[in-house]
Order: sequence, then C-alpha cells, then structure tokens
Amino acid sequence: MLSFIIRRLAVAIPTLLILVVISFILMYSAPGGPFNSERPLPPEVLANIEAKYGLDQPFWKQIVNYVYGVVTAFDFGPSFQYKDRSVNDVIAQGFPVTLTYGFWSFVVAVTVGVSLGVAAAIKQNSWIDYLAVGISIGAQVLPNFVMAPILLLIFTLWLGWLPGGGWEGGQWNYLVMPVIALSTSYMASIARITRSSMLEVLNTNFIRTAQAKGLPMRRVIWRHAMKPTILPVLSYLGPAFVGMITGSVIIDVFFSTGGIGQFFVNSAFNRDYSVIMGITILVGALTILFNLVVDILYAWIDPKIRY
Amino acid sequence: MTFRTKLLATTSAVLIASTGALHADGHATHPVTGETLASDQSFTYRDLDESPSIDPGIAEDAAGGDILRDLFEGLYNQDAAGNLEPGVALSHTVSDDNLVYTFTLRDNAKWSNGDTVTAGDFEYAWKRAASPELASPYSWFIELMALENASAVISGDADPSELGITAIDDTTLEVRLVQPLPYFPQMLTHFTTFPVHQATVEEFGSDWTKPGNMVSNGAYVLTEHVPQEKLVRERNEMYWDNDNTIIEKVTSLVINDENVALTRYLAGELDRTDVPAGQFPRLAAEYPDQAVSVPLSCSYYYMFNLRDGAPEELQNTDVRKALSLAIDRDIIVENVLAGGQKAAYTFTHWATAGFETPDIPMASMTQADRNAMAQELLAGAGYGSDNPLSIDLVYNTSDSHKSVAVAISQMWKQTLGVETTLANQEWQTFLEARGNGDFDVARGGWCADYNEASTFLDLMQSESGYNDSKYVNPEVDALLAEAKTSSNAQANYDRVEEFIAQDTPIIPIYHYASVKMFAENLEGWPFENFQQNWYSRDLYKIAE
Repeated sequence: MLSFIIRRLAVAIPTLLILVVISFILMYSAPGGPFNSERPLPPEVLANIEAKYGLDQPFWKQIVNYVYGVVTAFDFGPSFQYKDRSVNDVIAQGFPVTLTYGFWSFVVAVTVGVSLGVAAAIKQNSWIDYLAVGISIGAQVLPNFVMAPILLLIFTLWLGWLPGGGWEGGQWNYLVMPVIALSTSYMASIARITRSSMLEVLNTNFIRTAQAKGLPMRRVIWRHAMKPTILPVLSYLGPAFVGMITGSVIIDVFFSTGGIGQFFVNSAFNRDYSVIMGITILVGALTILFNLVVDILYAWIDPKIRY
Repeated sequence: MTFRTKLLATTSAVLIASTGALHADGHATHPVTGETLASDQSFTYRDLDESPSIDPGIAEDAAGGDILRDLFEGLYNQDAAGNLEPGVALSHTVSDDNLVYTFTLRDNAKWSNGDTVTAGDFEYAWKRAASPELASPYSWFIELMALENASAVISGDADPSELGITAIDDTTLEVRLVQPLPYFPQMLTHFTTFPVHQATVEEFGSDWTKPGNMVSNGAYVLTEHVPQEKLVRERNEMYWDNDNTIIEKVTSLVINDENVALTRYLAGELDRTDVPAGQFPRLAAEYPDQAVSVPLSCSYYYMFNLRDGAPEELQNTDVRKALSLAIDRDIIVENVLAGGQKAAYTFTHWATAGFETPDIPMASMTQADRNAMAQELLAGAGYGSDNPLSIDLVYNTSDSHKSVAVAISQMWKQTLGVETTLANQEWQTFLEARGNGDFDVARGGWCADYNEASTFLDLMQSESGYNDSKYVNPEVDALLAEAKTSSNAQANYDRVEEFIAQDTPIIPIYHYASVKMFAENLEGWPFENFQQNWYSRDLYKIAE
C-alpha cells in the first residue's frame, strides 16, 4: 500500500509539469495579452510593463523561470491584472472561501443524496421512491445559474431572511444560499448513483442469505449492503469534491463570495497569465490528490482490492 | 468653531446624555440645506468588478478612481457641477508663456498618520508614476499632461528626477510643461496626479495599499479590502475638512451580475446600483424618485477600416456616408437602449464642457430624407439589388452591443439592401483584431479622460494610437494641433466634426448616459458632473 502511494505521488510530479507546459502554451497562443485594452498603451509604457513582468524574454526562458520560481520558492509570481497583489495573495484570499462553501456543499450533497438514494432503493416503486427520484431529477435539471437568482428572489427580496451576497468571513447566513445552489445537482447525481447501486446490491445472493438468516432489515442494510453500495458513489465523489472546493464561477458571480472560481474565469478573460497558471496548478494538484484518496478509500472499504 | 461644528458638538452631547434615544429623529441637520440627517450615515454601492489597483500611480479604471477620490486628495477637486475647487492646492499662477504653473498648497492638509501633506509628496508621486521602475499602465497620463521630460522619463532615456515638477518649499509646487495646455488644471483632479506618502510606500513596497498599511490624505481611510467582495473606507479624522464630512462609512461591493445587484438594491442592501440594459423605462415608472439617467462622457460609434488592403467598397466615402445616414439613431436610443442615451451625429459628447454641438446637416434631416439620400449615394456608388453590398460587422461579446448591431444590420438591410454578417468576439480577441485592422466595420466606445472636446477628437489624428480606422486627413491634423494652443478651440472642433461627417471614417451612434438607481434618502449626488466624478464627502442621507 505504501509503495502504491509513493508510486502515485511520483507520477503526480511529471503529470503536473506536463499540465504546466500545456497550459502555458495554450495561454500564450490565445489572442491578446494581459495589457491590451480599449485604449492601447503607448509602446514605451508597454515596454516598461513587459520588462517588469518578464514578458520581454523568450518564451522558453519565461517558462523555465516560472517553473523554477514555483518549485524553489513556491512563488507563483505577481498577478498581471490585480497589480497590488501576487498570485499567492489571490489564492490565499479566494481558496479558503471556496473551500468553506465547497466543503459544506459536499457534506449536504452526500448526506442528502445518499439518504435519498438509499430510501428510494429500499422502498422501490413506492411513493418514497417516486418522490426521491422526482426530487433528484428536478435538482439535476435545474442548473445553478437558474437556481441562484431564484433563491435570491425568494430569500432576499421576498422573505428578507438572508443577505443577497457577500461573504463576511463565512458567517452561516452568507453560506446558506451558496451551499444550496452548489450542492443540489451533485446531490441529485449522488442520489441516483446510490439508488441504482443499492438496488443492484439488494438483489445479490449475499443479501438474500443475510435476509434468510433472519437478520433485521436495518442490519442487512447498514452492515452488509452499505459498503458495496458506496463504492461506485465513492469514485464519483473524488472528482466531485475537487469540483466543489475549487469553486464555481456561478456561485461567486451570483453571491459575490470572492471565491476562486471567479478569479479563475476572470483571469482567462483578462489574460492574467500568472493567475491562470496558479489556479490551474492548484486544481490539478487537488485532482491528483483526491483521486489518490479515493483509491486508498477503495482499498480500505473493499478488501478484495489490493494494489 | 463654525456654526456646524458647534451644532454637531451640542447634538452629540445631547446624544451622549440620552443614550437609548439614538434612533430618535432629528439629531442632526445638514449645515447648508437644514435637512434632518438620518442616524445611519453609511453609503453602500455596487461595483461591477474588482479594480486592478488602488495605488494612485498604478490605478487605471473608473471604479478605482471613485475609490481613490475618497482616499486621496489631489491639487484640485471637482464640485457638483464639475468645476474646479481647491483641494490640497489653494490656487495657482501661470507664467506668461503658459508653460510654468506655480501652485500654492494649503498648510493644514494632513496625511492620515498626522504628517503634513507637502509639495514634495506630489513631486514624489508624479515622478514615481512616470518611472519605468513602477511600470504603471497609466504613466501615459503624465505624458498627456505634457510635463517636461515626461516621454524621456517613461522610455527610460531620462532619470525621473528630470521630470518637470519641483517642490520649491513645503507649500509651493512648480510644474513645467513642454506645450501650453488650456485644460491642464482640469487634469489635476485625475487620480494619477494624487500625492502618495513616500515613507509608507518605501516601507511596505507593493503591500502599501493594504488596509492597515495605507496612509492617505483624503476624506476617508481604507479600513477593509477583500478583493472581489468588498472595500470599506471610513472617515479620516485627520482630513483638513473633516468637520464637513457627513457620510461615516463607504462600502463598495463587487457584484458582477447587474440583475443580482438590482435585486439586492431592491432588498435594501445597496444605496446605488446600475440599471440593467432595457429596464430603465420600467424602473423609472415604478420608482420615479430612484431611477436616474444622466449624461456620461462616452461616445458609442462604429469605425470603418480605411487601411490599405481593407475591403475596397468601404474606401468609397459615399458608401460610408450612406451607411451612416441609414442608421435611425432615434430607434437605437429610444427602443433598443431606452436609458436616456442621446442620438449622436458628432463624435464629441454633446455635454462636454465648452463644446457647442456644431450643425451637422444630417442631424436636422428627417429619417425619411436621410434614407432617401443614403439610397441615392449607394446607387451612385454602383450598389443595388443586382449588386448588393455585403460587409462584416464585428463587436465584442455583450448583449447590448449585440442588440445594437442587430438593429443596425436590419436598418441597412431594409433601407439599402446591404447584407451584413455579424460577428462577436471575446474582448481580447476583439481588441487584437481591431488593433491589427482585421475588420470591415467594428464597434468602438470612447470615454473622456478629461472634460474637453480634444479628448474625443484627438482620436482622429492620423498618428494617434487609438485611431483604429487609420483615418488620415492632414487638415484635421492641422486643426487639432492648432487647437492645443488656442484659447478658443471651438471653431477648430467644429471643423473637425464637419470633416468626420463629410469623410465618415466613423459613424457616431449615441452618446452614453449613466443609468442608475439611487436610494431615496441619499442626497448630494453630483448629477451635473459630466464625468460623474463624485466624492463621498459631499453625500449625506436624510431622515425618512
């Protein structure tokens, strides 16, 4: 197991490097640049700025300098757009926000999603099943950019219960709407996967044996059916968790949370090269990490799996 | 002690004596108007996006300018009508050749840490803004101000110490120009010219703009800044005119989506927000005291590509003129935008200071006459139903640019039978294509840097870096050059506008309006100020 983890981490490093190089090339091949605007800068002003950010150097040198800075000093460079800040500042400010609402969305999505799925599977073809399936289909087809303004309308404008946006350090009342809006579609997917997985498990021989032994249903479900049910859900949860904690531009735009999703998208529009790179690496590293975590959890839950 | 401070002192004494009566109405009144002030004097407004910087030397956007005018104070401020009023400078004198300005500074201006604001702070700030080391995207503003050696300093050919600004003593500042600029004092309300506190900048480096580090000399100090979320500034007790500041706390919230912002405004979370395109008529009917449209110093236009190698058909002046005539601007402003914008037949915004809109023949014609003339011109150029003109029109991705483009292409189609291919491009791609001349007709928008017609018309100068049409007319160049030094340039501007109408390198379409919602109890907004340069210290909230 340990050697598996070490091997996976060793592969992660070249993977990240390839990610850096590809993103770097894609970014530079996009038309425009970080300092273009409606009002083109005079050439001498542009020259000063390019010299300051090292953009006057040859491409290979820029990429080498960049990788060197990241590896040796964990320095992702200054933001080209937000000139008072470095990329580390941007991530240090935005990532905790995203992590907070992403984590709570994950908790909500998993709790509600798994409960709905299990309930639907156990009471298959009853009203509970139809209700659960109905809810999850509804949640799936309602995208969060529709959900967000509807929530705002109801809770902020009509009821006046919740603030319409902002973060204020993550107070609960600022968290409610982002978490609902972000978690619903994940919740729906989790419920559907759980339901079908549970139905499959309930029809297997070992469950029938357990029932034949006269075990109470609750014990059959929790003790025997739950573990195999959760495996396919788990492989969905790895990337889903990364997706949630690295943010959603929709959530950030509609609720002004100041999370990293918005910085990511804006940096692409602004050609803020260093911020694009910084966040890409962050998302890439987290994806690799959580895929590894899922693999480890797999082995832990299912003794048949050995690496 | 002035009347007002006495009054405030008394009322606060009363308030302190009767705690618990804080919400009682009428605890203070406005010193000039006598209106009863609300107990909550905080102002919260929406910004579209996070500003790139709040360092006066580096800042580059209008929203950043709003913040900086609260935090800092330059030599001059603008009053509610946009006229100059003393800031740190009390007055100035000009040499006979109009090249040397000598400013007398007030001796009671203070930084928020108690230091005195001196002429040296301006000298340091201007040299810093121009220095290649800072590499400010707005260093060109120092060049625009025609300061001695500005270009050489920016290009690194001269040391920043050679810039044409010298602090003679703490309250006397000398500025040397290379050419007379009649509107030079107006430029001094711009944030690039604001002073910065040298010791603070040197101590914290690029972190000096963070709350806790920043030392500023305006009516407010920075107390909180969470990028992409909010920026909070509170009353600066050290400000020389602090006694007349009424708003205690100003918060700008970054809300990208204008519909979300409107919802939050209607829920009472904001005191000012933007009206989404097309919603002004409805909001004005529903909230007549809150929806406001005022002229905004920008012009919206389409430009033709006049470069060598650009499509042949658009090199014909008659074709361009026909396309301009066939646009019914009244429909654009009244039906498509519906936010108080005005139809444009001149490039210069109608509300620009000292600018009288000249009589452009097209402006006084009926649309039917314009259409008839357009058809005639286009037929004369050899285009008709058997040989239809087809052009590409490119604009940057946005719903409102799209609506305008669709409307105009329909007008061209119906009146002239022109086939227009619309293409929208993402912003950076669009800028690159337009800058490289990779277009037939492209959308343009230009906002005034200062309140004078040349800020628009200089775009028509052959060598201007902003002349994306590549319109070349030596007569226009001569008129513009002459206007720079003339004390009355209106005649020149009239001629340039006539050339624009005659040669049609661009089609002026409309003059912008700023369409916003303002909380009913918010007073003191400078609606008359054409550049919409507002200062929170002029605002106040009345008791409802």
